[in-house]
Amino acid sequence: MTTELLQPLIYDIGTPGRLGVNLPECDVPKVELPAALMREELPLPEVGEVQVVRHFVKLSKLNYSIDQGMYPLGSCTMKYNPKINEDAARLPGFAQLHPLTDESGSQGALFLMHELQKWLGEISGFPAVSLTPAAGAQGEFAGILMIRRYHIDRGEGQRDLILVPNSAHGTNPATVTMAGMDVLELPADDQGNVDMDALHAACEGELRDRIAGMMITVPSTLGLFESTILEVIATVHDAGGLMYMDGANMNALMAAVKPGALGFDVMHYNLHKTFSTPHGGGGPGSGAVGVNEKLAPYLPGPIVEIVEGAPHSEEVVGATLESPEHGLGMRRASQGSPLQTSVEVRGEPPLYGFVMPEKSIGRLKAFHGNFGMHLRAYAYIRVYGDSGIRDVTRYAVLNANYLRAKLMATYTVPYPRHCGHEFVLEGHFADADDVHALDISKRLMDYGFHPPTNYFPLIVPEALLIEPTETETKADLDEFIAAMEKIAEEARSDPELLRGAPYTAPVRRLDEVRAAKELVLCCAPARAAASV
Amino acid sequence: MGDWKTPANLRYGETDEWFAVDGDVVTIGITDYAQDQLNDIVYVEFRDAGDEVDAGDSFGEVESVKAASELYSAVAGEIIEVNSALEDSPETLNADPFGAGWMVKIRTSDLAPLAGLMDAAGYDAYCDSR
Repeated sequence: MTTELLQPLIYDIGTPGRLGVNLPECDVPKVELPAALMREELPLPEVGEVQVVRHFVKLSKLNYSIDQGMYPLGSCTMKYNPKINEDAARLPGFAQLHPLTDESGSQGALFLMHELQKWLGEISGFPAVSLTPAAGAQGEFAGILMIRRYHIDRGEGQRDLILVPNSAHGTNPATVTMAGMDVLELPADDQGNVDMDALHAACEGELRDRIAGMMITVPSTLGLFESTILEVIATVHDAGGLMYMDGANMNALMAAVKPGALGFDVMHYNLHKTFSTPHGGGGPGSGAVGVNEKLAPYLPGPIVEIVEGAPHSEEVVGATLESPEHGLGMRRASQGSPLQTSVEVRGEPPLYGFVMPEKSIGRLKAFHGNFGMHLRAYAYIRVYGDSGIRDVTRYAVLNANYLRAKLMATYTVPYPRHCGHEFVLEGHFADADDVHALDISKRLMDYGFHPPTNYFPLIVPEALLIEPTETETKADLDEFIAAMEKIAEEARSDPELLRGAPYTAPVRRLDEVRAAKELVLCCAPARAAASV
Repeated sequence: MGDWKTPANLRYGETDEWFAVDGDVVTIGITDYAQDQLNDIVYVEFRDAGDEVDAGDSFGEVESVKAASELYSAVAGEIIEVNSALEDSPETLNADPFGAGWMVKIRTSDLAPLAGLMDAAGYDAYCDSR
């Protein structure tokens, strides 16, 4: 079989000797490369600037992006990424900062990381935060390693079981296995919550002394707030375990619920989801972790601390107001906001430095994590401020509930109660049995939308997981609803139309089985391998 | 009940494996219901012949265009044979889950755990309830 390319490889559009860059005069002594590292034929593309630009613009036009339209890919929080984040990331003082610059020469960057640690801690209710994990899965790994070390240090190394609900992200059980521990899976009840009988049986039975903790996503991957979460936390704590919150769905909680205040011991944040740093091909991700006092000594390092002098932003920190409406530390926008940085320095500014926590599980990544993402997340939080961050969550939840309420008329919603920032519906109709979730998703592409997440969570048959995010207007949401309603009609009137979709994308229906089984790698040195 | 086959002479586990007994050798595969739910299966991996498994242990995994699942043995013993042909043609599992799609054979000294599994009628009812 041969592979037809939509756009030639960049290696195939060049001309020998063509060059797209003018290198500056060498201003350092020339050093010959060791002979062993020299290669006769180094396959670099030989193209001019205009060819490079056209090549990548053509490729980008084959893609679908959040800058083009709604991207309701559940669990991924594909919100619009404000361009001011990119402006901040391109400021030369940050963009050209070498990671080996000493601390005295990078105080601005260290200050920014310190502020971000503080703000993430404030948003989640955790006193200590490390920004180093490279993405969510690494944040999970850090969290479970910390839990493991905590038990070992207390002489309870036999605690090797982590409870994981069956609705969990696949990364949760994978993390547990990577950390050398075992998974105990818990079923869901008919409301989509953790089955409390199963939880009590696990925590109060013969395995009690082996419970190391529990990983749980709040709201769950079904988009549902665990209404029994306080009992879940108390039950696991009572058995001697610690609570890990998968923060993938933090977009439903910000400034409304603080996981630390609920009793969680550790969580990770997905800066690339909740805090609008690019992802989905544009990454990299960033998976900061927040912990309470028990686990603070174990944080992966380095973290940024004030190593000399005193903090100068304490005086602007406002009082936390317990809101009777929400009860979990909502702050009133009119009060002094903790998500404000004081740039009015009084006296000498403090000196920031990198510190390895006392019993740190170590480094997870070279240098200091994905700093470019810290910068973008900082810009995002700084622009929104305290009340803006609260609105992010409110609109994310409102948008999801609006879609859910409207779509319930045409689709089956297996858990018909208020959702968080996303919800599941069944992509299947009893009177159009040969149409599946995948067909509905493919057809949505013809209507100009990115498909929702398919076949996850696994506990809902034909699941379509829909997350509109806060950045869509009501008009955008109404267009999506209209498309979904039209597709439901088409499923009855012309099911073949759906099974053949998409018709307007750069490629038609992909052969997923072949894609999973046959690896076709197109790159210059192995161009011959392009046909298998 | 749905549209899947459930042979009467087998035992069935909650994680959708079937178990066939021949003397002290138990052959294991996945059910027609399971392959239908998984959709097109694209990858299988088994533990090696000669490995010992405990009752409840995983003996391999199966991956489809929709999901990846662990495979569990209800009996303890030595894996005496694996159907390695499935590694090259996992689609056999979709076409013939109870025949050419058998996965591993385990020699066991304790058949008792099979008594705790479901019979065909029980498994059908279990699948209907899901």
